[in-house]
Amino acid sequence: MSILVDKQTRLLVQGITGREGEFHARQMLEYGTRLVAGTSPGKGGEWVLDGKVPVFDTVAQAVEATGANCSVIFVPARNAADAMLEAADAGLPLIVCITEGAPVQDMMQVRRYLDQRRARLVGPNGPGLLSPGLAKVGIIPGHIAIPGDIGVVSRSGTLTYEVLYALKLRSRGVSTCVGIGGDPVNGTSFIDVLEMFEEDPDTEQVVLIGEIGGSDEERAATFIADRMTKPVVGFVAGRSAPPGKRMGHAGAIVEGGSGLASDKIKALLAARVRMAEHPEQIPDLLDGAR
Amino acid sequence: MKLHEYQSKQLFAQEGIPIPRGRVAMTAAEARAIAEELGGRAVVKSQVLVGGRGKAGGIRLVNSPEAAEDAATQILGIQIKGLPVRKLLVDEAVGIESEIYLGLTNDRQARCPVLIASAEGGVEIEEVARREPGKIVRLPIDPLLGLREYQARYLAAAIELPREHWRDFIHIASALYRVFQRVDATLAEINPLVVTKDHRLLALDGKMVIDDNALFRHTDIAEMRDLDEDAPAEREARKYGLSYVHLDGSIGCMVNGAGLAMATMDVIELCGGKPANFLDVGGGAGAEKVAAALQLILGEPEVRVVLLNIFGGITRCDEVARGVLSAMPEVRPKVPFVVRLVGTNEEEGRKLLARAKLTSATSLMDAARKAVAAAQGEPLA
Repeated sequence: MSILVDKQTRLLVQGITGREGEFHARQMLEYGTRLVAGTSPGKGGEWVLDGKVPVFDTVAQAVEATGANCSVIFVPARNAADAMLEAADAGLPLIVCITEGAPVQDMMQVRRYLDQRRARLVGPNGPGLLSPGLAKVGIIPGHIAIPGDIGVVSRSGTLTYEVLYALKLRSRGVSTCVGIGGDPVNGTSFIDVLEMFEEDPDTEQVVLIGEIGGSDEERAATFIADRMTKPVVGFVAGRSAPPGKRMGHAGAIVEGGSGLASDKIKALLAARVRMAEHPEQIPDLLDGAR
Repeated sequence: MKLHEYQSKQLFAQEGIPIPRGRVAMTAAEARAIAEELGGRAVVKSQVLVGGRGKAGGIRLVNSPEAAEDAATQILGIQIKGLPVRKLLVDEAVGIESEIYLGLTNDRQARCPVLIASAEGGVEIEEVARREPGKIVRLPIDPLLGLREYQARYLAAAIELPREHWRDFIHIASALYRVFQRVDATLAEINPLVVTKDHRLLALDGKMVIDDNALFRHTDIAEMRDLDEDAPAEREARKYGLSYVHLDGSIGCMVNGAGLAMATMDVIELCGGKPANFLDVGGGAGAEKVAAALQLILGEPEVRVVLLNIFGGITRCDEVARGVLSAMPEVRPKVPFVVRLVGTNEEEGRKLLARAKLTSATSLMDAARKAVAAAQGEPLA
């Protein structure tokens, strides 16, 4: 089993005729994800990906015609908020936003509105979801992970791929990998995902990959200490990052003394999370935690 | 992106927040002329994008146009925290009864803007937070509703502002929220907001930070950028869509992905070295982008070795290797390279780079150890 996405996922790609959207839609389809529809305003009625996937003008039309229950967004940053709101308004319960660069004021409004609609947003500015062997919703390369019992949750992209790949080389598989994204205001937090992993019967251990900025890791530590029975291995990137500088991700910044990697590591260690000093240690720590 | 005091105050004034009379001067003679217009008594304020201007001698109260000219000459010659003073704001001097703090920022945890006020104005709010946290009042604002009048009134009462000023305070708080929203600010601060001796509220100093991700819809604001805010290499990087941060070490880093780039820096430090930069080349790093990235790294005089750490996912390692190879004739590096390629088509990528006599590494740890050794002057195997 897995969390969030599996064989029941009926996926809609918003922005399917764009360069990124079409490329990744093909990858998702080839992986075996049930990709049922795409949207691209003005191109409704066309078929893409060798005539396999119908395109609609609006999300509401696509949902009505295909029964899509999950959307993944590949539109430019200036349209990202609109795309997320449209998906929520069409009643989709799960919305995954890959787009990087959405203004933070947009995200605050979107998050507030989606909460009222009880829609779950994953991202933005993240690689999406991968339940190996079942479904790929986003841009995580499918071939770098195999099915298994380790749940992975991360704020980063390629650093997460590193970890998935290192696990695969040790023949260790993954239940679901969730990229919650590198923005300061996002849809799904570490705690949300930890809670799902704790309840998922097929996840036995969890890997948490954090980075500087905000306090999501500290709150995750409290949750782990109070509520988790499954062992957690962690890594926090950015111990060497200078304060006041944004390290690539909009949310990766130490401000006014808060968001420091050292504080996050301390909090996670106190919650009995096994912390890796460098990413390559993670598979060893998982073996040790079993 | 940070705005100067004078830029912030102009934006405040456009929304109806009262600010002191005054103008920007680029020369001492201009400062003198402005002081003359203002009647002689004036404040000459350096316009640099760092705090602590007063302590550094960057703000002077003067009593005559001549004194304004002298102060301007001095201030235009100094550097404040490494930044040269190129502009001055010459404002009327105001009789001050009391100073308060009023600011708006985004609360990441609550995912909403938060209006902050304190009866302790004129000092950095972080300092008040440390010294007397009880003197700071914070009010979360629903991003879908905006700031409501009763909330501003609540704040005025909470900081014990005399009732005669409530109307003006509510007007200013509402205007501050409007400008914060309109220009996609992540910080809008009036510090101090003063009560003058003649019982007016006046925004004496202002500070704004704009969300870089929103600049696409504020071209007028984007043009206000002060190029001194970033190191030269960081400005150059922005042109190529690269994310770059200058650091003080000797190991140049080129990595795809922000998280992996940070992790690479961490592992370098773990091995006893110091990274020279943070650099995310992003996905699908083609030859042109790779060349630009290498130029940036090698343009830093302290760099003694370059560490390339690429995880091939959708991006293929052989593609990146070709990018590096095609960039080499143009870049002509004089320092050694340590390369770690892992993921899609890693074998092919390694073979390509082997021809270029670059040192390859099998793991991130291995790469960092080799780079640290090279930075310390040891020859690479």
